[in-house]
Amino acid sequence: MEALFAITLGVMTTSGVYLLLRARIFPVVMGLTLISYAVNLFIFSMGRLPTGMPSVIGKSAEYGDPLPQALVLTAIVIGFAMTAFVVVLALRGLGELRSDHVDGQEMRE
Amino acid sequence: MTHALILPILLPLFMGSLLLVLHRLEKPAKRVLSLSATVLAVPIAVWLLVLAGDGQLRIYALGNWQPPFGIILMLDRLSALMLLVTAVLATGAVVYASRGDDERGPNFHALFQFQLVGINGAFLTADLFNLFVFFEILLISSYALLLHGNGAARVRSGLHYVVLNLLGSAFFLIGVSMLYGLTGTLNMADLAVRIGAADPADAPLLAAAGFMLLIVFGLKAALLPLYFWLPSAYAAATAPVAALFAIMTKVGIYAILRVFTLLFGSAAGSLNYMVNDWLWPLALLTVAAGVIGALAARSLQVMLAYLVIVSVGTLLAGIALGSEQGISAALYYLIHSTLVAGGLFLLADLIARQRGDSETRLVVAPAVRQPLLLGALFFIGAISVAGLPPFSGFIGKVMLLSAVESGTQAMMLWSVLLVGGLGMVVALSRAGSLVFWLPSGSVPVGAPADPVRLLAAAGLLLGSLVLVIWAQPLQAYTQSTAIQLLDLGPYLRIIQGGGA
Repeated sequence: MEALFAITLGVMTTSGVYLLLRARIFPVVMGLTLISYAVNLFIFSMGRLPTGMPSVIGKSAEYGDPLPQALVLTAIVIGFAMTAFVVVLALRGLGELRSDHVDGQEMRE
Repeated sequence: MTHALILPILLPLFMGSLLLVLHRLEKPAKRVLSLSATVLAVPIAVWLLVLAGDGQLRIYALGNWQPPFGIILMLDRLSALMLLVTAVLATGAVVYASRGDDERGPNFHALFQFQLVGINGAFLTADLFNLFVFFEILLISSYALLLHGNGAARVRSGLHYVVLNLLGSAFFLIGVSMLYGLTGTLNMADLAVRIGAADPADAPLLAAAGFMLLIVFGLKAALLPLYFWLPSAYAAATAPVAALFAIMTKVGIYAILRVFTLLFGSAAGSLNYMVNDWLWPLALLTVAAGVIGALAARSLQVMLAYLVIVSVGTLLAGIALGSEQGISAALYYLIHSTLVAGGLFLLADLIARQRGDSETRLVVAPAVRQPLLLGALFFIGAISVAGLPPFSGFIGKVMLLSAVESGTQAMMLWSVLLVGGLGMVVALSRAGSLVFWLPSGSVPVGAPADPVRLLAAAGLLLGSLVLVIWAQPLQAYTQSTAIQLLDLGPYLRIIQGGGA
């Protein structure tokens, strides 16, 4: 399972970085979202990847670490707010700069 | 346990929320609220400074959960000093903004207060994840403040700033969660204990996590390969926002100092002071890049932004020395560069208002209406920032230059700082003579400067003089701050009976 998890994170991060470097607003937002998903999964995996171990004391012999879940929750909330902000900013940029390039102007041909 | 520790966070948080709820309030009422909260932060910070002055570490356990389980705030000499600098700078910025800049968009004062929550929180927290949260608070307010007042230039540089910092946050989370995965704690003192006791096989991973954090803090501090967002962002912001941003790079520097003296400091076994070898060349190159940028700048604000980068490089060079004297000199220079940079950004705006359409572009333009007054202030600021006597930049530089032991390090630092200083003098005198001595002959267009605005700018700039007059007690304070930072014993004792 660790290998599958690692490969998934790798693919998501790679796609995210690729989209980020496209330098158009929509791909950039998508790329940032993908990277933040990958990061969230990464935080989650830092509590290790056991199965059948709920993070509740008394439900099973061993219990999982609940702290990474709390951290992920915080990271998700913050990431969500930031994404919303970027989307609004991107719309403003589109309106003011008349271009969806992150530099606000098309590259010279 | 004194509750004073949490006041610098609660006060702006409360006032910011109040201003949001009462956003229909008249302008003067909002200004009074915002000003009173910001001014009140100064005596609170002084009180905390006196408290911290006895060399004890003070802990505030939120919800009374004892460390390492609960989240704690920690006050030492360094945090108290940073809080006071922030409070003074913020007062200048808010006074200036209250003369009209806050009308350019909604909710300026609320955003300003939330920004202060983030900055003060970052200085007080002793928990790595909380540091992340406070970083995000200060960032999201800074995004909004940067865009305050609209305009295409602000949107463009704002977009770069936001995207870069979002990526930075991703790095921060990866670094923090790696540290958690390896040590099982996020409390800084506990982390220091556990990193010291870690299995040698884990050392490369711990080092990787540490360098992840260095990337993030380097991005915030505008260290060499990561500073390209700064000039356009600072130049595009309205003057009071740019002045407040003078403390933002220092938040990054503070985080570097805190994390890499405590977590990866003398108790970290094979990883002790691992970043200093990297920081040293990068800091010197940052100084060089900043000076070159300042020489090439075509507007006053861009030049000032590059001077901020120079000060970042100078500061980090002092920190990279790793010695008591180095850190002490860097801290003195930090106070100086924050206040003077803030004052110069405000002054640049005053000059822009008297130059008609040319604003701060460095071209021949109509004479300013008050050349003597503004010129004198610019002269004071320029001399101070370039590090010439008799102002505080000089003292800071002398402290730094005498902190380095003779050898190759001394040769590099002396040559970079002194040649850099010469470059700054050239850039500043070019700008000054263009603005004040080469008017195009047509009649002055602007109105005389608003006295309150003038007072705010002059107040911050003359802070430089205060730093000189009180140089001796200040130096004693920064010296004992450095000693406290390098003596990890008391920090590690925060975790009683815990750890490895």
